Amino acid sequence: MRNVDLVIIGGGPAGMCAAVSAYNAGVENILILERDSHLGGILQQCIHNGFGLHRYKEELTGPEYAFRCEAELRKLPVEVQCNTMVTDISPEKMITAMSSERGIEKIGAKAIILAMGCRERSKGALNIPGTRPSGIFSAGTAQKYVNMMGYMPGKNVVILGSGDIGLIMARRMTLEGARVHAVCEVMPYSGGLARNIQQCLNDFDIPLYLSHTVTEIHGEHRIEGVTISEVDEKMKPIQGTERFIECDTLLLSVGLIPENELSRSAGLNLDSVTKGCFVDQNRETEIEGVFACGNVLHVHDLADFVSEEGEIAGESAALYIRNELKKSMHVPVVTDGKIRYSVPQIVTDNTKNIRLYYRAGAVFSDVKVNVLADGVVVNSVKKKKLVPGEMQYIELKANSVSENTAEIKVCIDKE
Amino acid sequence: MKKNLTCIVCPLGCLLEVEQEGNEVVSVEGNGCKRGRDYAVTECTNPQRVITTTVRTQDGYIIPVKTDKAIPKSMIFECMRDINSLCPDGQNGYTVGDILCRNILGTDANVVVCADVRKV
Ligand SMILES: Cc1cc2nc3c(=O)[nH]c(=O)nc-3n(C[C@H](O)[C@H](O)[C@H](O)COP(=O)(O)OP(=O)(O)OC[C@H]3O[C@@H](n4cnc5c(N)ncnc54)[C@H](O)[C@@H]3O)c2cc1C
Ligand code: SF4
Repeated sequence: MRNVDLVIIGGGPAGMCAAVSAYNAGVENILILERDSHLGGILQQCIHNGFGLHRYKEELTGPEYAFRCEAELRKLPVEVQCNTMVTDISPEKMITAMSSERGIEKIGAKAIILAMGCRERSKGALNIPGTRPSGIFSAGTAQKYVNMMGYMPGKNVVILGSGDIGLIMARRMTLEGARVHAVCEVMPYSGGLARNIQQCLNDFDIPLYLSHTVTEIHGEHRIEGVTISEVDEKMKPIQGTERFIECDTLLLSVGLIPENELSRSAGLNLDSVTKGCFVDQNRETEIEGVFACGNVLHVHDLADFVSEEGEIAGESAALYIRNELKKSMHVPVVTDGKIRYSVPQIVTDNTKNIRLYYRAGAVFSDVKVNVLADGVVVNSVKKKKLVPGEMQYIELKANSVSENTAEIKVCIDKE
Repeated sequence: MKKNLTCIVCPLGCLLEVEQEGNEVVSVEGNGCKRGRDYAVTECTNPQRVITTTVRTQDGYIIPVKTDKAIPKSMIFECMRDINSLCPDGQNGYTVGDILCRNILGTDANVVVCADVRKV
């Protein structure tokens, strides 16, 4: 058995940035475990640009963003072990990892940072009547095929779901010569960024059908087409609105879900909304010395915010190892439902400003976002527009709450 | 004439209201920053996009590439055709920023590598 000060699970931007900040905050003995053969995580297949505008003040592609993170990391004596899959974490911070090189290995850690990212939802989307021919892919799998293996899944495409991956793939497949006939979104708004609607769909005249879903899949061996229908407010298909679209490929882009099997095995509870752990402002989970950051904690749309969260977790882990992590209170952060969630969910110290990251549950225009401490407004920001696809943050200023505060609430008010 | 555009320069995606007289942009509203105005002007006069795609190397690696400047939107597919016909033979692997094609189609943009590929 090996003993390490800090083990980081996952070598995407969250894990890499956490390692750099932990090292800079004084942790010398750091080990990153990554199951893939390379560092970089999901960024390796996100070859489009739109990364790093906040952090590097220029527009980078995913692989370039990963390259920058990795270059910073490689300057430091941080140990990186790729091709290694972590299979278990115990509440006592004992890690079980598996690799063909070292076999099964036990690693004891003073602190652990969870940075396993997320994976695509898939099952739910297939409650569609009809056959199960080949030619149906999740958008992320298609992205991997096209961008990393140079293989095009098909020529005539329909995409179900208008999250960013679906939009990005609509453009990507169009550039490579496919025809994307439709993007269907069951909600009355798209879950993707406005810029992606413009540059991935509108630029290529790809129609986006809001409040529409795929109601039947046709074809025996290979998919031959889909029926799409309009849906009502209860998301029930409206009879008489069916339309057949011929296609050889159906991409499902129905959202991402944090990859938390390990967190569960460690005994951590998951937030039913974020599907990630509960954390405080240090990104410390319910187990002392176990931290979480990036997409494993809540799904981010911007790598820049992932890096920032990695840095918070790395620095906090360093303080924890030195026994200097401050905790003076335990105040839960709740939301009003219009705001779907906020992270962190708990505030344990307020000597510094804390950014409360949140996501709206629907589209709102001209509203105020308020932070309340036991009903009293402690910060308020006007927002012209809030959409579910864009994570936002509002500051809880230093010393806004005390150990006597019962609750912090993030909520929306009409202006 | 007034029209609405979504600024694509940063993820905020501001909704721009552009007023045009003939080919000239006379006013831009709704932009959260100065870049939004510049975007509206190019978008209305000579829309441009950066292309991000992949290239297959002679020895079968798939590497991500991009144009290091935006190219005219009307040339996207022509440009894709040229990029797809590149078949580089990097003897010693590839490094971020390596130029695979200079001044593609006379656009002044170069096609550059976006990831490090080390041969094993
Ligand atoms: C399709 C798509 C498009 C995006 N577009 C943009 C964009 O335009 N602009 C932008 O700023 N952001 C974008 N993002 C968001 C951003 O890229 C991601 O949020 C960010 O990369 C997530 O980083 P991460 O480190 O949390 O997770 P990941 O990058 O997923 O890294 C997690 C790592 O953990 C490893 N791992 C998981 N489980 C284990 C285990 N048990 N043992 C060992 N290793 C494990 C995985 O192999 C992986 O390498 C996009 C995301 C996606 C998915
Ligand atoms: S106007 Fe400025 S802030 Fe708004 S989307 Fe464009 S670049 Fe971003």
